[in-house]
Amino acid sequence: MKKALLPFAIAVVLVYSLLPFLWFVLASWKSPAQLTAIPPEIVPAFHWGFYRSALTTYGLPGYIRNSVIVATATTVVSVAIGTLAAYALTRFHFAWLRFYLVVLLCVSMFPQIAVAGPVWRILDALGWLNSYQGIVVAYISFSLPLAIWILATFFKELPYEIEEAALIDGCSRPQALRRVVLPLAAPGIFTAAILVFIYAWNEFFFALIVLTSPALQTLPVGIALFPGEYTMPWGELAAASTIATLPLIALTLFFQRRIIGGLSAGAVKG
Amino acid sequence: MASLAVKNLSKSFGAGRIIDDLSFEVADGEFCVLLGPSGCGKTTLLRVVAGLEEASAGTIAIGGRRVDALAPRDRDVAFVFQTYALYPHLTVAENLAFSLKVRGVARAEVRRRVEGTAKILGLESLLSRKPRELSGGQRQRVAVGRAIIRQPKVFLFDEPLSNLDAALRAEMRLELARLHRRLAATMLYVTHDQAEAMTLADKIVVLDQGRIQQIGAPAEIYHAPANVFVAAFVGSPRMNLVEGSIGAEGIFIGEDCRFDLTGRGAELNRFAEETLTAGIRPEDFRIAERGAAAIDGKIDVVEDMGSDKFVHVNSAGRRWVARIAPEARLKPGDPLRLTAAPDRIHLFFRDRRIG
Repeated sequence: MKKALLPFAIAVVLVYSLLPFLWFVLASWKSPAQLTAIPPEIVPAFHWGFYRSALTTYGLPGYIRNSVIVATATTVVSVAIGTLAAYALTRFHFAWLRFYLVVLLCVSMFPQIAVAGPVWRILDALGWLNSYQGIVVAYISFSLPLAIWILATFFKELPYEIEEAALIDGCSRPQALRRVVLPLAAPGIFTAAILVFIYAWNEFFFALIVLTSPALQTLPVGIALFPGEYTMPWGELAAASTIATLPLIALTLFFQRRIIGGLSAGAVKG
Repeated sequence: MASLAVKNLSKSFGAGRIIDDLSFEVADGEFCVLLGPSGCGKTTLLRVVAGLEEASAGTIAIGGRRVDALAPRDRDVAFVFQTYALYPHLTVAENLAFSLKVRGVARAEVRRRVEGTAKILGLESLLSRKPRELSGGQRQRVAVGRAIIRQPKVFLFDEPLSNLDAALRAEMRLELARLHRRLAATMLYVTHDQAEAMTLADKIVVLDQGRIQQIGAPAEIYHAPANVFVAAFVGSPRMNLVEGSIGAEGIFIGEDCRFDLTGRGAELNRFAEETLTAGIRPEDFRIAERGAAAIDGKIDVVEDMGSDKFVHVNSAGRRWVARIAPEARLKPGDPLRLTAAPDRIHLFFRDRRIG
């Protein structure tokens, strides 16, 4: 009974979460006539016109480039600082460790709207509106606590004796970190990196208020601004959304095993 | 190789004093065992010597050089952890080579030493495996190999055999003894297992509650325990201990026993009328002829170990253990009269050995 229910439950969840995705992927391949046909036609004509026009007329390559730069920079900086911070937090006997971690978690759960005003004013004062560094700094304020939280949980599970063995074997602290801790923490680092990358890739609200110049806008903002005053380019929206989703799917599939290792670390000792 | 000297060493965590003013030396090439019950501070002491914990007071010298302010890597010690602490992401060969690579030893030399170490420990066929693919005994060997490949001045072992099953433990114990003979290395070895201590050590340091109870060769610790703690802790089954005092004609009189101390010297006269503790090891009891009995009791349980019988005897509510030759016919419920030679009776006054 249980065994029969499980695939069914999985199927329900899959259909529920993948249906919208499937709908716009199919839409992106339809011909303009199919798109507005009533009743709707499910099977597309595998027409690539919307992709062509999204890439040429709507300037999709620029948005992709901006998104890659912003998400990569956010990920690299967050994970680099997060790794060192989490290591220090878990290794150097902080009296208030739990308190720090809870505060970090709270900070990363702030509603963005609450800090949007101050963030805009700070970036404006720095002259960083409409700049990569401006949006990356804004993202890091959310992604860094997330990274530290994930990595600290992970570092706590690494047996300290392995590092002590490295220290006795001739390593300095930085050497022990590089030769022993980082390789062992790789699943945690990958998990943090992927989650931060997804956050930065998908983020819409800050990007909308910080990046007003089309030359700097990221994919979510760029795609959202596709509709003109009198046009609603459904086909191009679907094609651009499909393209925007591909890197995330590729990343997740590629690192799948490491992420699963990272998320379940600590569940079982060893 | 080098000697190790610990002087007036103390270590506190917060208000708790884990190690209290310890001093001892390990001579060049000596196998020294720190023996004590769990929580006695022996592992902390080892970690302080390794530099993994900072001493609160006192000095540590290796080969005559003060090391207590140095980082672990500059002390030239090797540490074998109870959990082995192998590098899980590296193969056996890489685990062995790790310390040499960190120190920039040339490749050819690293390979030569990895092969040499693997040969000593019988790890040749496992060099390309990862630690998770090894059995407990094999991991233990790799941990030891990682220590010996360095040729450090001092080896530190933290209960290295406690995670192994009994048969493997006995085998590894033998191997460690052989290894020590072969390397003639200075070793400091922490254990709560007295069999390990007795068989491996040149010298035993018995610790309890952060203080040294006795330092001596295994035979000395066993045959002349310095105080009641050492007497009770070393030896299995443990020494029989009873309170009493020396009465007229040099007879020790306890609640339910009388021990003849004739021939033990005039020194004991000083303790007449004082409360003393007498201790008799199980193997020092003999079955008494009529009239000469020290203890008159009833057999409670007979444990037949094959080579010996451990007889548990009740007398006036107290329980005694005696080791009796296996030929003796003994049944629970039978009366049994035990005695012991005067020179086999350990006496303690205010927790100190006397006589």
